[in-house]
Amino acid sequence: MKENNQIQSRFVGLSSREAFGKVIVELGEQNENIVALSADLADSVKLNDFIKKFPDRFINFGVAEQNMMGAAAGLTLAGKIPFACTYAVFSSMRACEQVRTDIAYNGLPVKIVSTHSGISFGVAGATHQAIEDIGIYRSMAGMTVISPADGVETAAVIRAAVDLDGPVYVRLSRVKEKTVYNQDFDYAIGKPDLVRSGSDVLLIATGAQVGETLDAAELLAEQSVAAGVLNVSTIKPINPSDFVDLLTDFPVVLTIEQHNVINGLGSAIAEIIAENNLNIRFKRHGLYDIFTTSGPYQELLAYYQLDPKGIHDTVIRFLDGI
Amino acid sequence: MNTSLEELKKISKLIREDIIVTGRDCEVGVHLGGNLTLAEIMAVLFFSVANVDPENPDWEARDRIILSKGHGNLALSSAMARRGFFPLEELQHFDTFNSMLSMHIDKHRMPGVEISSGSLGHGLSIAVGAALGGKMDAAGWNVYCIISDGELNEGSTWEAILSAGHFKLDNLTVILDRNMFTIEGATEDNLSLEPLGDKFRAFKWHLIEVDGHDLEALLNAFEENTPDGKPKMIIANTIKGRGLPSVEGKASSHFYRISKEDAEEALAMLKSS
Ligand SMILES: Cc1ncc(C[n+]2csc(CCOP(=O)(O)OP(=O)(O)O)c2C)c(N)n1
Repeated sequence: MKENNQIQSRFVGLSSREAFGKVIVELGEQNENIVALSADLADSVKLNDFIKKFPDRFINFGVAEQNMMGAAAGLTLAGKIPFACTYAVFSSMRACEQVRTDIAYNGLPVKIVSTHSGISFGVAGATHQAIEDIGIYRSMAGMTVISPADGVETAAVIRAAVDLDGPVYVRLSRVKEKTVYNQDFDYAIGKPDLVRSGSDVLLIATGAQVGETLDAAELLAEQSVAAGVLNVSTIKPINPSDFVDLLTDFPVVLTIEQHNVINGLGSAIAEIIAENNLNIRFKRHGLYDIFTTSGPYQELLAYYQLDPKGIHDTVIRFLDGI
Repeated sequence: MNTSLEELKKISKLIREDIIVTGRDCEVGVHLGGNLTLAEIMAVLFFSVANVDPENPDWEARDRIILSKGHGNLALSSAMARRGFFPLEELQHFDTFNSMLSMHIDKHRMPGVEISSGSLGHGLSIAVGAALGGKMDAAGWNVYCIISDGELNEGSTWEAILSAGHFKLDNLTVILDRNMFTIEGATEDNLSLEPLGDKFRAFKWHLIEVDGHDLEALLNAFEENTPDGKPKMIIANTIKGRGLPSVEGKASSHFYRISKEDAEEALAMLKSS
């Protein structure tokens, strides 16, 4: 399986959803039980190549996410490995109970791949922004929650997800993420990855925010702030022992995510800090319990201080005690 | 509001023009197909049928208009602007940062609108609630709800349809934009809906089927009384992308970036029609 987890450089520079669209075809060739499902959004979730190659292993349920998730549970009874794909906002909320009760409660190996997470569907506004999904999925017992940083990591995550004996939620963006991994790396579910070392402040990010945070760390370096950046793509299960030593190396820690600061990555890290009595200055950065407005993605990122400058400014303000 | 057929025709043309012009100016594209279907429906609703007051949008006795297919906000925005709810210039900022008018309806930014929408399959339940509330108070106002055929894929829509028939909500009129397409293709190929009329009748609705681009037929449908307290379902047969020859009646019209040339052609056609 090691080989499976090796990343191929052909995914470098692809967006997470493009990488998904490619790797699902490769996996489909290796395992004929893999089937793909969508709810009138096959093109958006990049299933086109899979559909071309395996037309009989794709099912479009129409605009009916609840039915899709219930049916995904049912498909496992026939030995299938369903990839149920739609936007994050709909998989996490419209079909929430089907996912929680039919899939998670029964412990079924349904792979839920959701695109357009966070604020990445900029102009579509709050109805299409998924900023609660990590919290929702994280609350379901037995659910693995992964939010890869870029195309390379996504390919690794999807490969690993197939071998996982249980449900998994993979959170992808709509936009092309900044490249974080430009070569093969050792991927394992649950392992946080220090993608930049530092000493003054540790920035813990997930998904599309990892690349933004790396650029923020560059800006901080210009002001002699040595920021480490930790990519936490697996938000659940999270193993405190993977974090405690690293966290105590830094006097200041911030989490950065395209999600409500309530119940997301920041909350997961806060739980580790609190339960291990770590004496760290800590802040969750993200969307501060609001419904987002609409607009072009880059403008939204800047407005919500999630672009490199915004992250930089947030860190500086926090370091200055403002 | 009394508006002549001639005047309604002009208004529906202006709405179609607004959709094309705004679409042309939105760089990333717009939900063109399912907005061009709505020009006549919006004209008739806002300029003839519905009792609304742009000066006093929260007026208690107003009819409640709920656009469940929230991606139809271009057509709604144009109709509401032209009816006087907000300046027409707002259309020029469509889909820009924090704009009043955007791809989906945001009640916090868009004055006079009843409800935010954009996630399919919500609006009809909200309309049912409004109609139930109106009934409780024996209020005279009506509820108008516009849904898409894609929304008939969602179980929630059928729950609402079932309940409206059961509760005899004759103060509720639904206009179904029956343009035969969702994103991924034809409704009858993907998740067939027909025979729709039989379904609605079985769910205890009064059914009227019209050409959704025929103003007079639409007016008559709205005026028709419903028997036995039944809610009214107007199946408006429309053409997705109507008025833009390059994509008319095609799935590709759903979310589309109009070229300047295509827009010119469509605008010229409108002028001469
Ligand atoms: C619950 C939900 N699922 C998926 C979508 C994404 N989506 C937007 S429009 C659309 C379908 C478009 O077809 P239809 O609803 O018939 O609209 P129309 O053809 O009238 O434009 C879909 C699936 C959504 N907005 N809401």
